[in-house]
Amino acid sequence: MSEAAGHPIEARGLVKRYGHVTAVDHVDLTVEAGCVYGYLGPNGAGKTTSLRMLLGLIRPDEGVARLFGRDPLQEGAAALDGVAGFVEAPRFYPYLTGRRNLELMAALDGGDAGDRIDGALETVDLADRQTDKVKGYSHGMKQRLGIAAALLRAPRLLLLDEPTTGLDPAGMRDMRQLVRRLADEGMTVLLSSHLMGEVEELCDRVAIVRSGRVIYEGALDALLKSTGQRYRLRTTDDERAFAICRAQPGVQEVLGAGDGLTFAADQERAVADLSVALVEAGVAITALVPAAASLEELFFRLTEGDGLPAQNGDRPAPAPEGAAAASREASR
Amino acid sequence: MSAIAERAPAPAAPPASRRRPGVGAIYRWELRKLRAQKRTFLGFGMAVIVPIIFIVALELQKGGPNDVPFGRYVRETGLAIPPVLLIFGSIWLFPLIVALVAGDIVANEDGNGTLKTILTRSVDRHQVFVAKTLAAITYALAALLLFAGVGLLLGGVRYGLHPLTSLSGTRIETGRALELMAAALGAYLLPVIAVAAIALLLSTVTRNSAAAIVGALMISLLMQLVGIISGLAAIKPYLLSTQFDAWQGLLREPADWAPVVRAAWVCALYAAPAFLAGLAVFVRRDVAGG
Ligand SMILES: Nc1ncnc2c1ncn2[C@@H]1O[C@H](COP(=O)(O)OP(=O)(O)OP(=O)(O)O)[C@@H](O)[C@H]1O
Ligand SMILES: [Mg+2]
Repeated sequence: MSEAAGHPIEARGLVKRYGHVTAVDHVDLTVEAGCVYGYLGPNGAGKTTSLRMLLGLIRPDEGVARLFGRDPLQEGAAALDGVAGFVEAPRFYPYLTGRRNLELMAALDGGDAGDRIDGALETVDLADRQTDKVKGYSHGMKQRLGIAAALLRAPRLLLLDEPTTGLDPAGMRDMRQLVRRLADEGMTVLLSSHLMGEVEELCDRVAIVRSGRVIYEGALDALLKSTGQRYRLRTTDDERAFAICRAQPGVQEVLGAGDGLTFAADQERAVADLSVALVEAGVAITALVPAAASLEELFFRLTEGDGLPAQNGDRPAPAPEGAAAASREASR
Repeated sequence: MSAIAERAPAPAAPPASRRRPGVGAIYRWELRKLRAQKRTFLGFGMAVIVPIIFIVALELQKGGPNDVPFGRYVRETGLAIPPVLLIFGSIWLFPLIVALVAGDIVANEDGNGTLKTILTRSVDRHQVFVAKTLAAITYALAALLLFAGVGLLLGGVRYGLHPLTSLSGTRIETGRALELMAAALGAYLLPVIAVAAIALLLSTVTRNSAAAIVGALMISLLMQLVGIISGLAAIKPYLLSTQFDAWQGLLREPADWAPVVRAAWVCALYAAPAFLAGLAVFVRRDVAGG
């Protein structure tokens, strides 16, 4: 199997069970070269477990994973040529300095990885803290050191598991810019996330996972189109606005939402028409904004739409606590 | 941290066949990691302090360890100090010193979550395990040299390096005695390696340093216990604890190689399965957590 023959990532029928929990349930995944691929799912969906199998850290119970056509279980480290990344928070030797840690990584990479240390430290803005022991690093610094360690391998494929988790807003922005820039330079990226907005900002394609299963795979804009864009509307007279929305062609799923209401519309034209209709009826608009589909909403629509078991199959139906937690994790 | 993205280096096209590092590169880094950890120096500290305490005790009291081989000569020549230390060290000190590092060298990476870090580079798992084994043995050898070296140095300074009386009662000149001592340390290293292999196995399986260290120590002590039980005398020659005395054959005239040869294969029978089992577990196991 030559390298040219394989996609950066090709997984077929991956299964991983932990006791009675099926963490990953027959996942197929194909990531093409140059793609920034989002692997989106809530906590416990099996994102990290999938990435671990891709990197050969754990053995799938069934199925195979190949990186550039090579199976890490069969070829070991050779399968990771040109591949870098981390699962969960990157970990380092706390008793060594940041630089020593990178030197160690570079020694284990071989080749000219050592020559890239300075550049990688610059890239993640850790050059001035490189002589401090990792013991004293903040979470964000360790996350950046993780990126630096990955860059030492000059990867063609980068696997990142929720890289912005725990970062402050500026750190998140920088991390996303970095991913964007690496992708622009031709790196293929697999990015796991539970943040819809992050995936929307960075990714071309997504797989949405839930309870270990891929419930959607495809282009992100197609998904958003197929599920319909939602809008939030506030007016001077919500009651009349509600009636007008219900009557408006192209506007569906009108819901009252505390202050104001929300509706779905597939076409921007329909939204424009609605605004005219409202004004003509003497209802003044104070706000009309697209509401980003939350992960929660997407799951709801996806699982409703394609005849899969109802989304609360493994969640007790009347669970105000669970639902609240779920919407918290889905909101940004 | 501002706009770090602007400085990202371009990903270079990777070479067609990347030259991957070998066991040697991993081994060198394993030694560096050991040098950066406190527990390594705790082990070395024990290897240094015990000979010092021993000499001080000899100075403070009149009696000596007359009931052990070479015990009667400890005040006559510094050359008798290391053999006596080796005999005392075999009870629990050396198993502890060895287990302290060998029992930690894999489990520590589990605790830190760094196994996933090194196993996603360009090295194979079996290479990492072999390198860790070699590093643990290197540490054990260094501790052994310190232990005997400090004893010899202090003993030599205090009592002089006079000729040694062999276990057969003959006189061994100083130079010859030093050569034999080096050979004796080599023989002593055999069971030490076996203990290290067992500690490594426990470290890999339990993923917990404390459990691996205590476990390896318990196994060593149990062997001695079994050796004391008179009904089990037949298996005594095959116990690991017995092999800690094999070097004494070299300090006879003529040298008795039989116990050394036996130690070589008996220790191999302990070390090889433990090593292979540890290797098999390490190569196959799931690296999750951390
Ligand atoms: N080593 C393990 N032992 C037992 N169960 C595990 C193990 N690893 C994962 N699981 C289970 O597998 C499921 C998926 O976990 P995983 O960590 O892959 O989720 P995730 O999508 O990465 O979640 P998060 O967003 O919280 O990181 C969970 O139910 C988890 O409890
Ligand atoms: Mg995860």
